Amino acid sequence: MSQLRDWTLVDVIIIGGGIHGCSTALHLCLAGLKPVLIEKDYAGRHASGVNAGGVRQLARDVAEIPLSIRSMGIWENIADLVDDDCGFESHGQVLVAENEAELADFRARVADLNARGFTHEELIDGAELRRLVPAVAESCPGGVVSRRDGAAQPARTTAAFRRKAEQLGAIIHEGVPATNIRKDGKLWRVDVGSERYAAPALVNAAGAWAGHISAELYEGVAVETIAPMLMITSPVPHFIDPVVILRGRKLSFKQFKNGTVLIGGGHLATPYKELNETVLDWRKLAESARTVFELFAVMRSATIVRAWAGIEARMPDDIPVFGPSAVHEGLYHQFGFSAHGFQLGPGAGAVMAELIAHGGTQTPIGGLNISRFSKPTPSATA
Amino acid sequence: MSAVPKHENYDVVVIGAGPAGLAAAEMTAGFALSTLLLDENAGPGGQVWRAINSTPVKSEALLGSDYWSGAEIAKAARDSGAEIIHRATVWSLDRNLEIGVSVGGGSAFIKAKRVIIATGAQERPFPIPGWTLPGVMTAGAAQTMLKSSGLVPDCPTVLAGQGPLLWLLAAQILRLGGRIDHILDTTPRANYIAALPHAFAFFTSPYFGKGLAMMREVRAKVRVTSGVTELAASGNGKLESVTYVAGGKRETLPAELLLLHQGVVPNVNLAMAAGVEHRWNELQLCWTPVLDAFGNSSIAGIAIAGDGAGIGGAQAAVWRGRAAAGSAIKAARSNAKVSDVSPQLRRAERGRAFLDVLFQPAKQFRIPQGDTIVCRCEEITAKDVLDSVAIGATGPNQLKAYRRTGMGPCQGRLCGLTVTELMAEARGKTPQEIGYYRLRAPVKPIMLSELASLPKNDEATKAVVRG
Repeated sequence: MSQLRDWTLVDVIIIGGGIHGCSTALHLCLAGLKPVLIEKDYAGRHASGVNAGGVRQLARDVAEIPLSIRSMGIWENIADLVDDDCGFESHGQVLVAENEAELADFRARVADLNARGFTHEELIDGAELRRLVPAVAESCPGGVVSRRDGAAQPARTTAAFRRKAEQLGAIIHEGVPATNIRKDGKLWRVDVGSERYAAPALVNAAGAWAGHISAELYEGVAVETIAPMLMITSPVPHFIDPVVILRGRKLSFKQFKNGTVLIGGGHLATPYKELNETVLDWRKLAESARTVFELFAVMRSATIVRAWAGIEARMPDDIPVFGPSAVHEGLYHQFGFSAHGFQLGPGAGAVMAELIAHGGTQTPIGGLNISRFSKPTPSATA
Repeated sequence: MSAVPKHENYDVVVIGAGPAGLAAAEMTAGFALSTLLLDENAGPGGQVWRAINSTPVKSEALLGSDYWSGAEIAKAARDSGAEIIHRATVWSLDRNLEIGVSVGGGSAFIKAKRVIIATGAQERPFPIPGWTLPGVMTAGAAQTMLKSSGLVPDCPTVLAGQGPLLWLLAAQILRLGGRIDHILDTTPRANYIAALPHAFAFFTSPYFGKGLAMMREVRAKVRVTSGVTELAASGNGKLESVTYVAGGKRETLPAELLLLHQGVVPNVNLAMAAGVEHRWNELQLCWTPVLDAFGNSSIAGIAIAGDGAGIGGAQAAVWRGRAAAGSAIKAARSNAKVSDVSPQLRRAERGRAFLDVLFQPAKQFRIPQGDTIVCRCEEITAKDVLDSVAIGATGPNQLKAYRRTGMGPCQGRLCGLTVTELMAEARGKTPQEIGYYRLRAPVKPIMLSELASLPKNDEATKAVVRG
C-alpha cells in the first residue's frame, strides 16, 4: 500500500460487504494481495446476514455446480479458514417429491447429473425419505438427498469472514458508499467519503446494488432486486435434522438446535432498496404456513415469532454473474446470486482470488460469465 | 362490540384503547370518519385505566380520581359510533397502512387511510443482579393484578426503584390492605438539583399536589430508604433477600417479593416495525418517534399519540389523541371545523421536564455489569455482550449474530434499551449512533395454524371478512 498523492494504492477494490465481498477479501489476503472492501451499510446488512443459511449443493443449476462443490470443501473445514465454525451443521438437505410425477423428474435429473460426473445428489425412495424426515406426510413417495449439505448461521458467517479478512490485512470501510467509480489508465479509482483508493482490480460484489455499478461502467445487465421472505417459529420438540425443500410449492424448512423452525422458500416481499427496507407479503407467507401445516402435522401448534426479508439481486436466468468483465480489464463481477448465493460465498471468494492473483482458475465457471447476456455497450473509457 | 372487523377498509384505524386511543377514536368517529379501534385487552382503558369497566375494586378512593376519570372517556368512545374490538392483537402494520390483526383465533387484513398508533408505554428494563429470580416482578405486573383482580402482596415485600408510578402503586397496595415492608428509592440525589430549573413549571402543574400527597401517605405507613445506589436480589431458586447500598452502607432485607420499577418508556415495537423513524431521547433515555405537532410520523398516514410518542402521562395522552385525530379529520375533510387543542396539550405536558430529569434512572441501574442478565430470552449477561463487542459486534443488530439477543419471543422489549446503552458505552458512541434492533412483524407471536387459515386471496378474504 502506498500513497499516490492523496490516493491510497491497493491491489484490489471490492465493492460490497456481503459474504461474497468478505470471502473475496479474505482469499485475496491469503494470496498475498492487499484489498480494500467498501460497504455502504455494514458487512452482512442485507441478504448475506438474513438469509436462510442453507449450505446446499442440492438442486442447483449445472452451471454453478462446480463452484458449489468447491465451496462445500471449504465449508467442511470452515473453522480452519475463519476461526469460527459459523454454526455449520451437516445433516444433509432433502428435496421432497410430493407426488410420483415429481419423483420421475427427480430420477431423470439425478441420472443426468451422474452422466456429467456429479454424484452429490442421490435419489431416495419413500422408506429412506421417512427415515431422514420422519415427520413428512405419508403421501410423499420419495425425493433426492445431498448428504454433505447442511446449514450455517448467515450473520455469524459473514461477520467471521469480515473479521478474518481484516485480521489478515484487508481494509474494511463500512457505513460509507463507494462513489465516483472510474477507470484512469490502468487503475480503478473510487472515492469513499473523504478517502480515495486506486487499484488495478475492481470487484463488483454489491448484490442488489451491483446493477447500478455495472451500468455506470457501461456493462449494464438486467439485475432485478428481490427480497425473499423468511419466518421463524417458537421452539417445538426436535423432529427433523436435514433441511427440507420442495419444488412444486415454494418451501424450505429447517429446525435449529434450540427447536425453532425456519420457514422459507422464496416467496417475495416488496423491497424498498433506497430505504434499506422491505414490506412483507403476509398472504404469501400464509401460503408457506399452509404448506407446512399440511406436510408437518407436528408444526400445527407452533407460533410465528418473527418474519423478515433480505434485499438481494436476481438475474433473468437465476444464476450469478461471476468472473471477469467482458469490457474492462481489471473489472470482475460477483453478483446476482439469485437467492442461493450463501453456500457459494466461501468458494466464490477463493476462485475470485485465483482469477485476480493468477489470471485463471481450475474451477469451471464459464457458464456464469457476464457475456451470456446481450452484447455490452462499448466502454467510454476504452 | 363485534367479533371481527366489519369492513376491510377504514378511514381511521386506531390501535390501542388507552387514554390516547379512546380520545382519538371518539373524535374521528364523531366527525363521521369510519373508525375502527383495535385493542388487545378485554376492555378499554389501556394500562392506566386498566379494567375501568370491570375492576372489582369499586371504591373511588382506593384507585384514585385520576383512574376513574377514564370511565367517562371510555363511555364517550363507546357511544361515538366507532367500531371497537377488544382482544384484538395487531401483529403487523406496514408503510402501506395494511394491518394484520388477530381476533378470536383468526386473522384478518385491514387497510386504513390513516392509522393512529396509541400503544402506550412499557416499563423500562431494570437489570439488577438476580432480577430474573422467581419472586422478582415489575411493579406494572403487580398493578395489573391489583386493578384486574384486586390482588395485593401479603408476603414480605420490597418495592424498589423510582418514579411517579412507584408511589402510586405503593399507595394503591396499601389502601387495599396489601403488605409492603420497605421501599428502596433509587432516585439519584444529584437529580434533585438537576431538576430544580424545571421545578416552577412542575409546582404549577396538576401533578405536584397529587404527587406530594401520595408520597406523604405512603411514607406514613412504610419505611422508605432514599439514595439507594446498589441493588441486588438473591436466593436459591427463588427470591430470599434483597441487598442494597444507601449512603455507603450495605444492608440485606429478607423478602419473598421484590417489585421493581424505574419508569416507563414508549412501546416502540409496532411503530418501528412499520418503519417509523425514531431517535434517541437524551432526556427520557429511550427511543421516541420523530413527530410533528399533531403526532404525524415519518410515514405518511401514520400518527402516534399517547405515551408511545414520548412519555407524557394520561392527561397529555388524551390531548395527543385529539391532536392526531384532528389531523386525520383535516386530511379527510379539509373544510372540517376542528378546534386547536395545542393549549390544552401544552398544559397537560407542563411539569413533565421536571419529572423526566428528577426520575432519570442512574447509570448503574440501566447499564449492568458482569454476570447480570441482560437478555432474559437467551440468558445473555452484560459480560457476554461486552465480549461480543470486543470481537467485532458494533450494534444491536450485529450482536444478534453473536448472541441471538432480541431474537427471542419478547423481540427486545426486555433487553433492547439495555443493549443499546451497554454497547454505546463500551464503544464510546452515543445510543443514537449505536441504534436499535430492527423490529419485525409479527410484533406479537401468532399461531402458525392461524396464519395458515388465512384466506388464500383477496376474493376469499372478502368472503370471510364480510361473511
